[in-house]
Amino acid sequence: MMRQTFVDTTTELLASDPRTAVVLADISADAFRPAMRRHPDRVLNVGIREQLMTGVAGGLALTGLRPYVHSYAPFLIDRAYEQIKLDLGHQDVGAVLVSIGASYDGAAEGYTHQSPGDVELLDTLEGWTVHVPGHPDEVAALLRAAARHDDRVYIRLAEQENSQAYPDGGRLRVIRRGGPLVVAVGPMLDPVLEATRDLDVTVAYTNTPRPLDAEGLRQLADTELVMVEPYLAGTSARQVAEALGGRPHRVLHLGVGRAEIRRYGTWQDHARAHGLDPAGLRAKIAEFLW
Amino acid sequence: MQPIAMTITALPPDPLRPLIRRLTGDEKHEPSSHSTLDVLWVLYDRVLRVTPATVDAPDRDRFLLSKGHGPAAYYAVLAAKGFFPAEWLDDLGGWDSPLGHHPDRLRIPGVEVGTGSLGHGLGLAVGTALGLRAQGFADARTFVLVGDAELDEGSNHEAIAYAGAIKLPLTAVVIDNQSATHGWPGGIAARFPGWDAAHVDGRDHEQIENALTRRHDRPNLVVAAVAPKWSDR
Repeated sequence: MMRQTFVDTTTELLASDPRTAVVLADISADAFRPAMRRHPDRVLNVGIREQLMTGVAGGLALTGLRPYVHSYAPFLIDRAYEQIKLDLGHQDVGAVLVSIGASYDGAAEGYTHQSPGDVELLDTLEGWTVHVPGHPDEVAALLRAAARHDDRVYIRLAEQENSQAYPDGGRLRVIRRGGPLVVAVGPMLDPVLEATRDLDVTVAYTNTPRPLDAEGLRQLADTELVMVEPYLAGTSARQVAEALGGRPHRVLHLGVGRAEIRRYGTWQDHARAHGLDPAGLRAKIAEFLW
Repeated sequence: MQPIAMTITALPPDPLRPLIRRLTGDEKHEPSSHSTLDVLWVLYDRVLRVTPATVDAPDRDRFLLSKGHGPAAYYAVLAAKGFFPAEWLDDLGGWDSPLGHHPDRLRIPGVEVGTGSLGHGLGLAVGTALGLRAQGFADARTFVLVGDAELDEGSNHEAIAYAGAIKLPLTAVVIDNQSATHGWPGGIAARFPGWDAAHVDGRDHEQIENALTRRHDRPNLVVAAVAPKWSDR
């Protein structure tokens, strides 16, 4: 669903904005075929060559175009990390990187097709805005907003999605008011709401963990805070520490574990294995707040 | 491997000699020890449509130095052509100097890409050529300079294969000083399928100019041979 929204919105941008370009490495090339026929100079499929895909994006941006670069997350971010660092960041140009696959959508494909560390990898670099939409209806606005500037943007699409869209999820948005703050990033909102249904907590949502809404965090957090993220657990530990710097607090960071799970199944199976299903979240949050 | 016989038909232009000395402080070695010098001079003196006044013109020709190592010759040529003051050459790599041991496009007027890590220039050049074409700058040409040892980086071969497949008219110059650890059996041009290829004496300005001036309807490789980096190979 999110991927189709990406294809549709980017195809519209190609028609309406002559600066828009799309760079692919075979993944989703079929979905972009009509756009490629209409804009052969701006929809480029380089084949299974992810280093080149990112280098081409850097070159396009150097000439003034706005490249949207797309692949499966481990190939887009993990594999081409140095191209992201040098061909974009070091050249001081931007691109919109749009991934599918997330941490374990490719559950049956195995660890080669999973990227739980993508956001943490980008955190080693300067100037990346990271969007983790929780619903397909949040995706189009993020893509269109990224067309209006030249900054570096990562949009992480996933199969897991919430039942409701929050198009204003760029800052921390309170979903339920109560006691200690639980922050749900992107598709973690529905499992967090279910896990905390009978707990006295405040639940806040964001689809933009970078830059993390530090001001909102300071306003909403008291002395206890739980972060629930759909990528490596603790990815936002530094950002939370900086936001709450000088204020005594306890924080629990929940997310995907670092240990490789050598099992297949579905993304729901992997969510359960990492304790990111409602039951797993509830057990950890309740223990922390007890 | 036997060194390629080579004629030194044209000495590097005199203005460069003192400029390189300012960079290296080296009175002993002739500028000819810089493998890229003659190709760079011919590019900026006779081929590229770019001047200090047009470094930001959208339709300028682009030159990308992929082989960012040892940029003394590049800096000397840019200074000789007026892209920055020659005084900058006196403090290479210093805290207050814009000139590092690898070039930074944000610090040096006329430098199109910051390089140093090998194997990035060809991919960036492919994207640059595609970006110029998409915006209708039909006269703007894209050149990239790669070292023969740099070709060992696999990322180059992603760019080489794709440029050949889509017949993208950009020009790559490979400076061949036989420095690739395992060499290129069968020759460097064999690694560029689908490209036009020419071999020139990397010190012969007429040969270099002829090879770089002609426009092609597909990617163009110019292998510029200079003396081997190590005489014992």
